[in-house]
Amino acid sequence: MITDMTLGQFFPGKSVIHRLDPRTKLILTIVFIVATFLASNPVTFLLLTVCTVALVMASGISLGTILKGIKPIIFILIFTAILNVFLTGGVGEPLVAFWIIKIYKEGIIRAVFMALRILILIVGTSTLLTYTTSPIALTDGIESLLSPLKKIKVPVHTFAMMMTIALRFIPTLVEETEKIMNAQKSRGADFSSGGLIKKAKALIPILIPLFVSAFKRADELATAMECRCYRGDKNRTKLVKLSYKGRDALWFVLSALFIGGVIVLGFVAGYMPEELASTNLFRIMFYPI
Amino acid sequence: MEDIIIKTVGLGFTYDDGEGETNPFDGKREIPALSDVNLEIRAGEYVAVLGHNGSGKSTFAKLLNMILTPTVGKIYIDGIDITDEGFTEDDVFAVRRKVGMVFQNPDNQLVATVVEEDVAFGPENLGLEREEIRRRVDEALAVAGMTEYSSHAPHKLSGGQKQRVAIAGIIAMKPRVIIFDESTAMLDPRGRQEVLDIMERLNKEEGITVLNITHYMDEAARADRVVVINDGRVELDGAPKEVFREVERLHEMGLEAPQGKELLHALECEGIAIDSEALHEEECIAALVKYLKRI
Repeated sequence: MITDMTLGQFFPGKSVIHRLDPRTKLILTIVFIVATFLASNPVTFLLLTVCTVALVMASGISLGTILKGIKPIIFILIFTAILNVFLTGGVGEPLVAFWIIKIYKEGIIRAVFMALRILILIVGTSTLLTYTTSPIALTDGIESLLSPLKKIKVPVHTFAMMMTIALRFIPTLVEETEKIMNAQKSRGADFSSGGLIKKAKALIPILIPLFVSAFKRADELATAMECRCYRGDKNRTKLVKLSYKGRDALWFVLSALFIGGVIVLGFVAGYMPEELASTNLFRIMFYPI
Repeated sequence: MEDIIIKTVGLGFTYDDGEGETNPFDGKREIPALSDVNLEIRAGEYVAVLGHNGSGKSTFAKLLNMILTPTVGKIYIDGIDITDEGFTEDDVFAVRRKVGMVFQNPDNQLVATVVEEDVAFGPENLGLEREEIRRRVDEALAVAGMTEYSSHAPHKLSGGQKQRVAIAGIIAMKPRVIIFDESTAMLDPRGRQEVLDIMERLNKEEGITVLNITHYMDEAARADRVVVINDGRVELDGAPKEVFREVERLHEMGLEAPQGKELLHALECEGIAIDSEALHEEECIAALVKYLKRI
């Protein structure tokens, strides 16, 4: 049940995107996110959509996988769209006016844009980053990008190591949780019936053994790491060294063109009432995804 | 003169739990985990350290690579006194580089999400050049027979395979001694066999001193030398044939000889003296067959 989540998973492959330097992909992801927020009219959204489709095709990730990844957010998408349809006020005559419900043209446009924005955000970033970058490459990339912070004594290496270990132990702990659940079930524990509070209470006999064992594991792992001469990043080298290649430069140029295009088209083909464009950005930033 | 890699003199260790020294169950004073251990282990030896649970055998292992510091006595690794007061952090790492340790639970030793990266963890900590790390990782994986799994995720491997990855991680650091602290205890028979095979290969082919800390008699019987620890003291020390001859004493310590040996001993007690030095299963079978043919 916990294991068949596709969102956030890594799919090994040899596509153009897979072979990009993780740092490039991290930066491109940030550019991409900014671009999705900047998009404000049909033309820019068209550009975004086309680029996202192109990304997905270049990554070689199957359509099925992408759809599976979208599944958990469908509810959010529909919810957002419905809220926007009903709650957006408009300047002209409402399209539908029934009792207290009034639907304006602006509302529908906004709902479509909002849903599209979330969709593009999820599909684009996961294709660009999580689907195509191994967790270890990702942590290496983050460590490398943040390494200037070492100068002001931010323990970047420690954070990266923590992330690596967390990633390493997620499957182990998931397995363990299932084992504990089965053990408790076999002794008559009931996790599925009752109200919210009862269900939450039923989790205690799972969480406590899980925590105890996690602490024990942490202790043993620390000992094992020390035995392998680990002492932070002091005098430490790396098997895989990140290096930018020609194709990374190419992708930086492409992303500059992309975000430039979004900005320029945003001005040139600008249809969108002022009021909408300004509230949009603000709202989505605080949207709990 | 032979090269002595590990030497302990009057070694003792008592766990200090800060709660005083009386045992809450029987009111007696806590028995030290180890006391007065004097051992010499030559480079290239294959030694099994035997003892039941709580006998102090694991404590002994942890003292050797400085996870624990002895309460009394001295330990010399490769001639260097590791109990020296003036030991710096660098010295500690120098010792750990020489004495590698493989633990019981394979899951809790693996750091990285890819096998290869995990094996590289040790050499990376040593600050080696990238090419050298690459070479050592490939070599270590080959010795552990895990080359084909180099890009797998550790959590998808079997227990025995995980333990082989952990061993490869130690081999890649090129230690002179590898201590296996009950490394086979959590494995299925097949995994155990795989790990034992690697142990023996490391000892015979790579010349690494192997210390196998175990409570499996048949494993101990395969070593060149067996040290039996009971209640924190070295009770028996010698070749497997000598040690397992003392069946009665082993029983007193709550241990057993290997199955075949037990059978021969039981027969002997019944008056059927099969005078044999047989120790391994096959030898025992041969001895029995020989005896049966004679009568």
